[in-house]
Amino acid sequence: MEANFNITDKRYEFTRNSKLISFVLIAIGLISVIASFATNSHQTWSNLLANDIFFLTIALGGLFFLAIQYASEVGWSIGIRRIPEAIAMYLPWGAALTILILVGNYITGQSSGHFLYHWWHYEYFNPESPEFDHVIAGKSGFLNMPFFMIRVAFYFAVWVGYAFYFRKLSVRQDNALNGTELHLKMRSASYVFLVLFAITSSLMAWDFIMSIDTHWYSTLFGWYTFSSLFVGAIAVIAVAVGILKRRGLMDHVNEHHLQNIGLFLFDFSIFWTYLWFSQFMLIWYSNIPEEVSYFMVRQDHYRIFWITTFFVNFVAPILILMTRDAKRKSMMLIVMGVLVFIGHWMDFFQMITPGVVGAEWHLGWMEIGTALGFFGLFRYVMLNEIAKSAMFPRNDPFMEESLQHTL
Amino acid sequence: MSNKKLIYGVFDEEDVLMKTIKTLKENGIAVKDVISPYPVHGMDNALGLNRTRISICCFLYGITGTCLAFLMMWYMNIFDWPMDIGGKPSFAFYKNLPAFIPVTFETTVLCAAHGMVITFYLRSKLLPGVEPQVIHPRQADDYFVMKVETEESNLVTVEKMLADSGAVEIKY
Repeated sequence: MEANFNITDKRYEFTRNSKLISFVLIAIGLISVIASFATNSHQTWSNLLANDIFFLTIALGGLFFLAIQYASEVGWSIGIRRIPEAIAMYLPWGAALTILILVGNYITGQSSGHFLYHWWHYEYFNPESPEFDHVIAGKSGFLNMPFFMIRVAFYFAVWVGYAFYFRKLSVRQDNALNGTELHLKMRSASYVFLVLFAITSSLMAWDFIMSIDTHWYSTLFGWYTFSSLFVGAIAVIAVAVGILKRRGLMDHVNEHHLQNIGLFLFDFSIFWTYLWFSQFMLIWYSNIPEEVSYFMVRQDHYRIFWITTFFVNFVAPILILMTRDAKRKSMMLIVMGVLVFIGHWMDFFQMITPGVVGAEWHLGWMEIGTALGFFGLFRYVMLNEIAKSAMFPRNDPFMEESLQHTL
Repeated sequence: MSNKKLIYGVFDEEDVLMKTIKTLKENGIAVKDVISPYPVHGMDNALGLNRTRISICCFLYGITGTCLAFLMMWYMNIFDWPMDIGGKPSFAFYKNLPAFIPVTFETTVLCAAHGMVITFYLRSKLLPGVEPQVIHPRQADDYFVMKVETEESNLVTVEKMLADSGAVEIKY
């Protein structure tokens, strides 16, 4: 129906100025972390962990987005596929930083006695020790160091391996004669990955986040974390596509593609709210002390996060992105993407910080500086990866469908 | 007004129908409506129809549902018979709000869905007792019916155009 447009080999150029922005952000991050350590801030490790997990899981969300596109053989998203690919390439960095932070905290914790994870105090598991904790000791089958290390190694191996695999095959497809064959290969890989993702994303949420509040547990936590990380990844995709389109680098993305991304942002914001509220309501209703304590801390000392995340991550997307016209504007996607991104950063902050520092938290320049540092690194890795390949992936069997996409 | 006449072209092919709409449009003849057994992609644009406002209706019905649910829950559980919800005898609406959210959600969906369906029926005159407008017996099966309104003097030209472009039947 529409005129077929010329697919040009447009490339994003990662300019020196743009690189400089990332380096400045990373420098701010480094200064913040060093200052944080120098002033003996008790929140340093928690800040590091919260930001690291946030960006790591966003990269994971990008990989998951990619996998569902392959598994369900979606046509429209071919034109924006380079973005989730680039996001997923942050996974090795995120994994390395996570290991650094965990090891660093374990070593410094030996002398200071402040671990990120409560259950790292081995006295809790020792029945002879006066600090023996019956509840934590009961979880020793899962929460023990060797098994924890095996699990973490397994997650990172799976995620990084698949991120590299998808990226490698996708770039190879650009100059390949057998595009369909490569597509089928990636499709088969995505089936396996989605199963592994279902397991690892849930376990990862328990290991990295839920075990901070060692006494507490929620059966919905894996899903809740998954929804948060996926919305975060979609927000990044929305912002990246919006900016690239406005720069004229994504002519193959029309308003119908933008609407699809807007729909993802809108739908998964509601999905996040659904899980966020389900987890809260069941615990609120049943009113069991050991469960409620988790929310008591957040309600009493982190109230601002509660109210803000609800409005930023639910009320704003549902009211602003509800109309069709809003979803079709690249500027609107950028604004909403940034807003939701910040909202989910706050969500991860309130998931991790209360368990580590309790009521004595602060959100000053050191916290924001650390976040900016991580963002700078994430931005650098992502843009560097986008610049490496052409904006439009060629030779995909669904290429034409993506170009002709209308809603 | 009086010399305006309706003419119906019956088609059996989607592509032929779309092409005919285009040629009629180019000749300055507006197609009033098309009766089709299934939604045809791009038909709205070809006919130049306005965008549906049913989504706005949906939003308003939804808001109505939310308000109704809040009113109902407040009346039943706070005002008329104060309930101790989840071991928290606060008897205040905003403090018991989490318990009311599922009901509110359901009522919102109920009102929005039913409101939209009823509005759609009313708007397209599909009510019990209304005489169905059957132009061709196969119009809800596999035939498309095009409704063109034109001046009486122009009738022959339009008829010729319809016949030339491949209409299966032409009716008045």
